Amino acid sequence: MLRLDGLVKTYPTGDKALKSVTLEVPRGQVIGLIGPSGAGKSTLIRCINRLIEPSSGSVTLEGVELTTLRPRALRAQRRRMGMIFQEYALVERLSVMENVLSGQLGYVGFWRSYFRKFPQAAIDEAFRLLDRVGLVDMVDKRADELSGGQRQRVGIARALIQNPAILLVDEPTASLDPKTSRQIMRLICELCEERGLAAIINIHDVALAQIFVRRIVGLRAGEIVFDGLPNSMTAATLTEIYGEEDWSATIREADGDDDTDIDDAPRRAAGAAPQHIPEIDRDRLAGLT
Amino acid sequence: MPVSSVGEIQVWHRRARGKQLAIWFGWLCGVALFMFCWNIISEKTTWFFVFDAPRIVGDISSRMFPPRWSYAEKLWLPIWDTMNIATLGTIFSIVMAVPVAFLAARNTTPSAKFVRPVALLIIVSSRSINSLIWALLLVSIVGPGLFAGVIAISLRSIGFVAKLLYEAIEEIDQNQVEAIEATGASRIQVIAFGIVPQIMPAFAGITVFRWDINIRESTVLGLVGAGGIGLQLQASLNVLAWPQVTLILMAILCFVLASELVSARVRKAII
Repeated sequence: MLRLDGLVKTYPTGDKALKSVTLEVPRGQVIGLIGPSGAGKSTLIRCINRLIEPSSGSVTLEGVELTTLRPRALRAQRRRMGMIFQEYALVERLSVMENVLSGQLGYVGFWRSYFRKFPQAAIDEAFRLLDRVGLVDMVDKRADELSGGQRQRVGIARALIQNPAILLVDEPTASLDPKTSRQIMRLICELCEERGLAAIINIHDVALAQIFVRRIVGLRAGEIVFDGLPNSMTAATLTEIYGEEDWSATIREADGDDDTDIDDAPRRAAGAAPQHIPEIDRDRLAGLT
Repeated sequence: MPVSSVGEIQVWHRRARGKQLAIWFGWLCGVALFMFCWNIISEKTTWFFVFDAPRIVGDISSRMFPPRWSYAEKLWLPIWDTMNIATLGTIFSIVMAVPVAFLAARNTTPSAKFVRPVALLIIVSSRSINSLIWALLLVSIVGPGLFAGVIAISLRSIGFVAKLLYEAIEEIDQNQVEAIEATGASRIQVIAFGIVPQIMPAFAGITVFRWDINIRESTVLGLVGAGGIGLQLQASLNVLAWPQVTLILMAILCFVLASELVSARVRKAII
């Protein structure tokens, strides 16, 4: 459904954020995108909806090539991609309801949106979504009055009211406590399942990713170096993605009989990543973080 | 290095010796320049008049008191005019300054190469010319009266309002803008939903602040014939009617105090 093909992003400074990323996201699949800071995770999902312009390569959503679209057509396609942010990115001085309805801006003309005359159908949907994420009592609160977890729920409702085909989720839990993090991840994954949504979730917390997603993609220095099932990740794969460290406490160790999965992992990643695992270059990693 | 070793001990100074000497030399030059300038000023001053000043102050003060209270009834209308000049001038300036601010802010300008310099030029030229000078120009263009004052105040205020506003626009949280862009909103919707709510408090503060300044500036516009209470002041000074001058100065003082009180209240309520 979403396909990235040879996606490259080189910043004007010369930093190669993405080096030919190829990734296929089937309908309804939730992907956890892991990798060290600076590996290009945020750049990757922003290149999909072109908040950042990719340098070359192609992105196709449901058969539509996004990278060459003119602004108007791009805006129409952006409606199909809901985005959820690390710092929630709610408009702080607007109410919860206004924030949720801002997800409808792509469907509503300027004057209707300016005078807050959104279609009744959108308002009904907003109430349904706020009820679903558990904030129906907060409709009239201003966004800056909410707690972190509540704000992220508003962010989720705003993304969903776009009626998207895919969610692009950028570090949804990085600003939240462990319990709220789990609740938010569970909510996102449940909603994706209910609505048959695909999602790409950038996430720092490897253990959390392993609990909730079905497929994990590891990004290092702009390249995909791992692509496989959560329980096929080993200390070796984490070392490859993040660099050398004692990983024994981090990963939910695959059971002994899952050996085959572990062996499978490199083969699955082979399409996108070099077979040979290079030595960890500490200087390079230091520069990335 | 500010650290030197004397035998075993490491001695730390705030500055290295060379830097310390350079600073002393800088002070020496500064003091010498001050003495030189003071000398020139002293030569050009007629010290007799300066030493005579206290007597003149006493003389004028004795003529200024008591104020001519009966003149007050003629001041209500000029004060009302002054307030109108300030308020209308502020409103007009905002109407013109808001678009200029959006054109000047790096993150909203349509073209950083061509449009932004023009907007910045408007801001600088408006700010660099005092409202009294604007008024002088406008009195000869549109004739004396309130209208010239209103235009003078608004031209002067454009730069101030636009500059502070575009700085506020540049300081917004870009994440919120990005989030609105990601929904597929059009450019103008992004401004209305992503930027305007963020700059509203700054906008309200700037407006009230400028209105407050304009009240004070509009009290002198009459000196050049652009309406307001300054006209009365000018007329009274010309005929050496010191008791009237006293009353006018007192009226201006009360008026400005009241406006500052209002603006402080309003700002508190908004922010």
